[in-house]
This record gives sequence, C-alpha cells and structure tokens, in this order.
Amino acid sequence: MRRLWAVFRKDLAIELRTKDSLNTMLFFGIVVLVVFHFALRSGEVEARAAAPGVLWVAFAFAGTLGLNRMFAAEKENGCLEGLMMMPADRGVLYLGKMLAGTVFMLAAEAVIFVASLVFFNLEVWGELPWLALVFFVGTLGFTAVGTLLAAVAVNTRMREVLLPVILFPVVLPVLIHAVEATALVLGGADRGELKLPLAVLSVFTVVFGTIAYLLFEHVLED
Amino acid sequence: MNERTSSRLDLALWGILGIAMMAALYLALVDAPRERTMGDLQRIFYFHVAAAIAGLTAFGVNFAASVAYVARRERKWDRVALCAAETGVAFLAIVLVTGPIWAKPVWMVWWTWSPRLTSSLVLCLLYVAYLLVRRYLEDPDRRAMIAAVFGIVAFVDAPLVWFSIRWWRDIHPSPMLESGGIDPAMRPAFWACLAAFELLLVYLLRRRCALEALEEELERLGRLAE
Amino acid sequence: MIEVRGLAKYYGRQSALRSLDLRIARGDFIALFGRNGAGKTTFLRILAGLARPSAGSCRIAPAAGGAGRETAARTRGRIGYLSHHTSLYPDLTALENLRFFARLAGVPADDAFLAGRIGAVGLAGREREPVRTYSRGMQQRLGIARAFLHDPDLLLLDEPFTGLDQAGADFLKRYLVGARRAGKTCVMALHDAELGHQLASRLVVIDRGTAALDAERDSLPLDAFRARYAAILGPQPPAGGGAS
Repeated sequence: MRRLWAVFRKDLAIELRTKDSLNTMLFFGIVVLVVFHFALRSGEVEARAAAPGVLWVAFAFAGTLGLNRMFAAEKENGCLEGLMMMPADRGVLYLGKMLAGTVFMLAAEAVIFVASLVFFNLEVWGELPWLALVFFVGTLGFTAVGTLLAAVAVNTRMREVLLPVILFPVVLPVLIHAVEATALVLGGADRGELKLPLAVLSVFTVVFGTIAYLLFEHVLED
Repeated sequence: MNERTSSRLDLALWGILGIAMMAALYLALVDAPRERTMGDLQRIFYFHVAAAIAGLTAFGVNFAASVAYVARRERKWDRVALCAAETGVAFLAIVLVTGPIWAKPVWMVWWTWSPRLTSSLVLCLLYVAYLLVRRYLEDPDRRAMIAAVFGIVAFVDAPLVWFSIRWWRDIHPSPMLESGGIDPAMRPAFWACLAAFELLLVYLLRRRCALEALEEELERLGRLAE
Repeated sequence: MIEVRGLAKYYGRQSALRSLDLRIARGDFIALFGRNGAGKTTFLRILAGLARPSAGSCRIAPAAGGAGRETAARTRGRIGYLSHHTSLYPDLTALENLRFFARLAGVPADDAFLAGRIGAVGLAGREREPVRTYSRGMQQRLGIARAFLHDPDLLLLDEPFTGLDQAGADFLKRYLVGARRAGKTCVMALHDAELGHQLASRLVVIDRGTAALDAERDSLPLDAFRARYAAILGPQPPAGGGAS
C-alpha cells in the first residue's frame, strides 16, 4: 500500500512539475469537441443528444494520450527497468499507475466538460453530481484496461501508435455504457435506470483490474 | 505422437472433411426446404451461422492456449494460440461477408447495426488487434507472453461486448435460432454445416500449427548453422 | 548461491546465449568478458529477473522457500543491477529520485540518509536540483547510488565504467572493493582485462554463447590472462572508459 502510494505520488509530482500530459490531454480533448461540432453539423442535431457520445470520444482520446505519455516517460531513461528491480510486487506498479492515470484523466475530463457546456449550450447544474459519478466510474473502467494495454503498446516496435488500435475494441463496453449513462443523466431519466450501466462499468473495472494486477508483471518482462 | 501417425491422422481428417463438406453442401443447397419469404437466399444462413460458431470455437481455443501459456510457458501453447486467432479471424471474415450479402435483399441495407453483426465485427477487430500486437513484438518469448495476456483480455471482453451491444442496441428482430428455433426440416442441413465447419476448423488448426512448428524448427536450425 | 544450467536465449534466428553453465558461490566476484553481442547483457538481465531464458535454468538460492510472487519480490530485494540506463526521472531532483526508489525498496527514506548516499558519490550540494540539469557523468554517479541504495547482496553491473568520469570510477572501485571485503557476490561485464583482473576474484570469458574460460584470478596472472583472452577474443581493444 505504501509502495502503491509512492508510485502514484511520483507520477503526480512529475506531472505537476512539467504539466506535459495534462496540457496535451486538455488541448486534444477540446480539439475533438470542435472537430465534432463540424462533423455533426451541430445545430441540426440536438446538442443534448450528441453531447454524451462526443464527450466520451473526447475523454477516450485524451485518456489514450495520457496513458501513453505515462509509460513513454518510464521508458525514457530505463526507469521501468529500475522499477521492475524493486522488491515490490509488480502488480503494485499497475495499481499505482492506474490510480495516477485515473486522476489525470478526471482532471482533463473536468475541463473538457466545462468547455462542452459552452460549446453545446448545456444547462446541467442539477445533474452535476450524477454526471461526476458516471464520469468517475466510466474512467475507472477505461484506465483499468488502458493501463495494462499501454504497458503492452509501449513495449512494441510501434510504441505509442499501437495503443488506440488495441485499446478501443477492448474498451468498447465501457464506452457504450458510459455514453448511455451520460445520456440518461442529461435526458433527465429516472436515476434508478443508472443502476445497470454503473453496475456493468464497476464489474468491468473489477474484472479487468484483477486480470491486469495478476498479469502485469508478465507484460513487463522480456 | 510421431510424425507418421500424425500425418496419417491428417490424411484421414482430410478425407472425412471432404465427405462432410459435400454432405453439408448437398443438405444445405438441395435437401433443405426453400424458405417461405426469403427463398433460396436463406440457405446462406447455414454457412453464416456455422462459420460464426466455428470462429467462436477458435477464439475459445485461443483463450485456453493463452491461459496454458501463462501457466506453463511452453512454446507449443503459443503456437496454438496464434493459429487459433488467425483461423478464427478467417471464419469471422466469412461471417462478415455473408452477413451483408444476406442482409441486402432481406433488410434492404448492406449493413445493419444488429447486435449479432456488430458483435461479430468487434470480435473480429479484437483478434485483428491481437495479431497486430504479435506483429510488432520481435522477441519470441516476450511476444508469446504479451500475446497470451492480450488473448485472455480479449476473450474475457467478448461476452461484455456482446451484452453491452445487445442491451443498448437490440432494436432489430433477432433472427433465427432463439425465436422459435429452426424448422425441423432445416435441422439436418444446419447440423451438417456446423459439423463440417468445426471439422474444417480442426483441420486448419492442425495444419497451421504444423506449419508454425516447422518454421520454428527452421529458426532453430538457422541458429545452429550460425 | 546461483546455479546456471544450459542457459539459452534466442531472438528468432539469432541466439544471444546458446548454452551457458556457471556456478556462482557466495562471495564470488566475477568479471565477465566477451565481444559486443556475446550475451553479457542478456545474461545479466536474466540474472536480474528482467528477462526469461528461452531454455535452461537460472536459480538464485532464495532466502526462504517457495516460488510465489512474494519470494520473487524478496529475491529482487537482494539484487542490485546497474545497467546502461540510469533509471532516473529527469524532472525530479536527486533527493526525490532516491526517496522514491527507497520507498519502493523499503529502506529508510529520510533526507539525512539519502543525502549521505548522494554525498558519497560526490554530488553533495546538488541534491535539490532536477536530474535534468546534471551532466552525463553526474547522472551516472547518481545512477550508481540509486542501484545500490538498498545494499544488495548480489551486485550485477553492466559495463559500469563505460563513460563514467574519474570521480565516478574512483567511487565505484572503492565501493566494489568494500563490497568484496564484505563478502558480497558480484557479476560485472567488462571490456578492460586489467581492470577486471584487478577487481575480480574470478574471470569468465563468454564466446559464442558459452563460457569459453572460467578461472580463479589468483591462479592466473595478468599476463597469462591477457594471452588467454586474446586467444579467445582477439587482441584487447584500447582500454575504454575512464578507468586507469
């Protein structure tokens, strides 16, 4: 637990100092929003209907960037090697990285979301806590499997390029449920209906979190 | 098993497969009754579904071999996993080609985002991703291990994909199988096709694995010659 | 302490190691020689638990029985591996880097202890500057402090003197002599025959993926070793690194 915390704090400290990933994630997320505005020819489509999908696409792209950056930084000076030599269970490295990735993604999501309020003209004050819950649970699902696959991608010849290609098909269930849950909240549906998507997202997180925790060390070794 | 009995087994399998394929073709194209609304077009269903089930079987094999590799770290399991993924993708390609051919005249569109078709597509993408991961890893030991991890993730993901798509996108009538089952007169053709495709899968897997083993042997000899 | 049997590592048609047999006893100080690409790095990586062998086995006597993840982690805790990489985060200061690795290694992470380690490699006064601002030689020195932060029993060094500045080389030599006196075990890959002969208790030359020479240093004077070395690998290249 102490070690998990150390990994998390280290990533956070580096990020706060350089702000490399967060800036890129934010900027890219907002670019995605703008691109979608034109792609969907907003105005003709009702904003509330399009918003959940567009938001999650922006989150997913930003998250992919963030996860990639996190592992690319570990590769730079052979730091990953140093980490692997430590007498800590290598699963702990996964948990620490996943935690850091989740926090970065949530931070980026908050800003992207505010930008989308402006771009899409949304009024959501009353639904904010529910949206936050959906974002949180959905992001956990995304990073649970994203952290594992980012470690896979960074070890291949293609490096970071490969991550979206292998991550998006796997993470599709998360995106589907997160989009639907967001749509339910924005559509003012009965809160009880949120149970199913939130439950599925949680199950996804637990299942893939466990698999990743157990198999992470095998991904790192060569 | 030594090489001779192995190759004899393959020959026997080849023979049985040939007979089964002929029988399946006859039953599906001639013997089975013509469907009332879709006409002869419906006959594509026998191959479509059989390929889908054979593809799923292949992914199951990939999963089992991946687990075996993580547990045992024996090269042969990696070979089986690779060959199963390739064969599975080939079968799913049949599904994805025959699906639209059938859908166009019946539903008036090439592609419907029906849960079944969509799941097949995503499944196909998952295993193409698996093959991509393999392709960009050079060290064979590392490739085997990382691929095994991805194979496990992909297979556990598959039911989640299926339920997610089905739950939120199930607006189209779910065809065949569940809704009332298959007409008894069509059953022989259906089962014959299924059996033939599963046999084809076994045969392809065996041949593909043998080829892969040969390539590894070639690599080993190459190292010796160095 | 370590038993290596028929160790092999293949990369497709290339083999880094063919069949290496080696018994390493506690307290052995081994200098490992061989051409570039002879498999020295691969061997050290397998010893360090960073790579899996393609064939053969490599057993490090565990502190306690069992083969679980716990035991593997504890075994790693007794190994210090100095590779070509410094494994330092350029955006963190020296102190922050060491504190992070100390926490992971489970050794005291208080500033006084860590500053002492930083001072020992001659970097006192610079501990609160980001590693990015250090010169290459300084980074390497800090890398040494990092690799051996937890006072491991088994030291693995991969051409540690290459590119190291004089201060670093002096420190490393002193450290190795001290470690040898303390009865620690060490495997280091080297190019410099004289330096290896000076530091090690046992000399091993790897050629074509197997051990071509394995001798006690005391039974093999430097000149005789040089001759054997040249017979296996060809003439000794000009001494590399800052080592004298």
